[in-house]
Amino acid sequence: MELTDEMIDDLAHLARLRFSGEERISVKKDLQKMISFVEKLQEIDTTGVKPLLHMSDTVNILREDEVQGSISREDALLNAPVKDEQFFMVPKVIKK
Amino acid sequence: MFSFSSIQDYHVFLTGNPNGCVTAVGHYLSVIEEKKHLNAFLEIFANDALQQASALDVQRATGKPLGKLHGVVIALKDNLSYKGHKVSASSRMLEGFISIYNATAVEKLLAEGAIIIGRTNCDEFAMGSSSENSAFGPVKNGLDETRVPGGSSGGSAVAVQMGMCMVSLGSDTGGSVRQPADLCGVVGLKPTYGRISRYGLIAYASSFDHIGVFANTVDDAALVLESISGPDEFDSTVSQKPVPNYLAQKEKGKKYRIAYFKETIDHSRLDKEISTQIKSFIDVLKADGHTVEPVDFDLIEYVVPTYYVLTTAEASSNLSRFDGVKYGYQSSVKTTDLTEWYKQTRSEGFGKEVKRRILLGTFVLSAGYYDAYFTKAQQIRHILVDKAKEVFSNYDAIISPTVPTTAFLLNEKAKKDPIEILLADIYTVFANLTGIPGISIPLFKHSNGLPFGLQVLTEHFNEEGLINLSREMTKLKQ
Repeated sequence: MELTDEMIDDLAHLARLRFSGEERISVKKDLQKMISFVEKLQEIDTTGVKPLLHMSDTVNILREDEVQGSISREDALLNAPVKDEQFFMVPKVIKK
Repeated sequence: MFSFSSIQDYHVFLTGNPNGCVTAVGHYLSVIEEKKHLNAFLEIFANDALQQASALDVQRATGKPLGKLHGVVIALKDNLSYKGHKVSASSRMLEGFISIYNATAVEKLLAEGAIIIGRTNCDEFAMGSSSENSAFGPVKNGLDETRVPGGSSGGSAVAVQMGMCMVSLGSDTGGSVRQPADLCGVVGLKPTYGRISRYGLIAYASSFDHIGVFANTVDDAALVLESISGPDEFDSTVSQKPVPNYLAQKEKGKKYRIAYFKETIDHSRLDKEISTQIKSFIDVLKADGHTVEPVDFDLIEYVVPTYYVLTTAEASSNLSRFDGVKYGYQSSVKTTDLTEWYKQTRSEGFGKEVKRRILLGTFVLSAGYYDAYFTKAQQIRHILVDKAKEVFSNYDAIISPTVPTTAFLLNEKAKKDPIEILLADIYTVFANLTGIPGISIPLFKHSNGLPFGLQVLTEHFNEEGLINLSREMTKLKQ
């Protein structure tokens, strides 16, 4: 499969990443190699094989619905880059 | 002068030394300082470790019952949360982040009286096989400083290798405990998926991630495993099965039925001498009364691509949480478009390998490619799980090399194409694809002077067999 510049831009957008200039060229080259590498999987006939969705056999481990495991507001805000006493803050994004 | 050989011997030493824990911590702090240039540790928790040590010395004097890991000095890979301490996954994205809770494994270590001495360097978000992808510089192999220690848990491997702690924890998503253990000449153990809670382990690929243990001996690794395993309300994938006493040696003297995949031992990428030495060890095992037989595994060339599709898909999803709002790095570039702002923050915060993997994961999950790549890989994963079941219906264990070569040079593979280094994981990813337990035991020495290990795999939740067989093999080699 051939990757185009448009595909790189589209994937980067979906992944919320940005590549430009030299980096875009090298990322495209690397991704092309990585896709060619995983294309090998097409050689295996998997007709009728169910995809494996879960690693453990455990289902529905139930417990009483008790209020627990919460953290304080101070802890929740501890690692926020920009905050006030109550909220996480982001740049103003509403345009007038 | 303090010296360490095993946890058991250390506990004997402590009975005659009222300040034994403080002595041990003091010793390790000085070794860490002396070996600082290896870049194995990102941070030392010196004051906390000394405080823990003196509290434990006091506790012992009062005659209270002691924890299984009383006074054991442990290092944590920098992706395990330890409340009130920094954890960064060796990424700029999390530089300065402080854990607000303990990982369950860490909580259990502390409950058993362990002392946590610091956090160790690794590949960023555990993505890599050489510990060169860290945002804080590469880790060097203590046996040859021009070489890598392997990865991604390279710092934890070197910490045990060079005697900077007694044991350490790492994480293993495709071999990140067993592979560096092999290259560093220590024991590296990854249990069954679901044996140890993943709560508080920074996620890379959730259906592949395992916490694992580095130690000098199989018994030390087994004791740590026993201490940190078991049910946990914070991880719904963890097993409810009771945790056995792994040191009970119930299978002592047992003669095992062991399989090896011909395709692994005769692989073109495998170092010839590694192949020869393992083949002669197979003869030693046979002479000791074990059955060792070749089994076909024609899917060997497909395991790394399957692993790569599934782990990058899971990573692209897991790492979408890093948005620069609630925690972590935030770009200072001003913008009025929220999407553009996320892109700016994430592009500055993540390193190259992490971005590559997020992008591949996004590709295999995107409309039009999902079935051809992601579903296909899930189907092959199913075939591999069936293959493991089939082998274990006839055999107790599978053995193989852990890594195709001994430790490679720093910059040797990192600068080449991104596929080359992935193939270092060819023997280890099978255990993560299938969830079975695996260990690398340091049995061999190459004529180039470097150590290498033997990988042993057993069936789901047969850690007892894995540990016992590993112990027997270690004895046979002595």
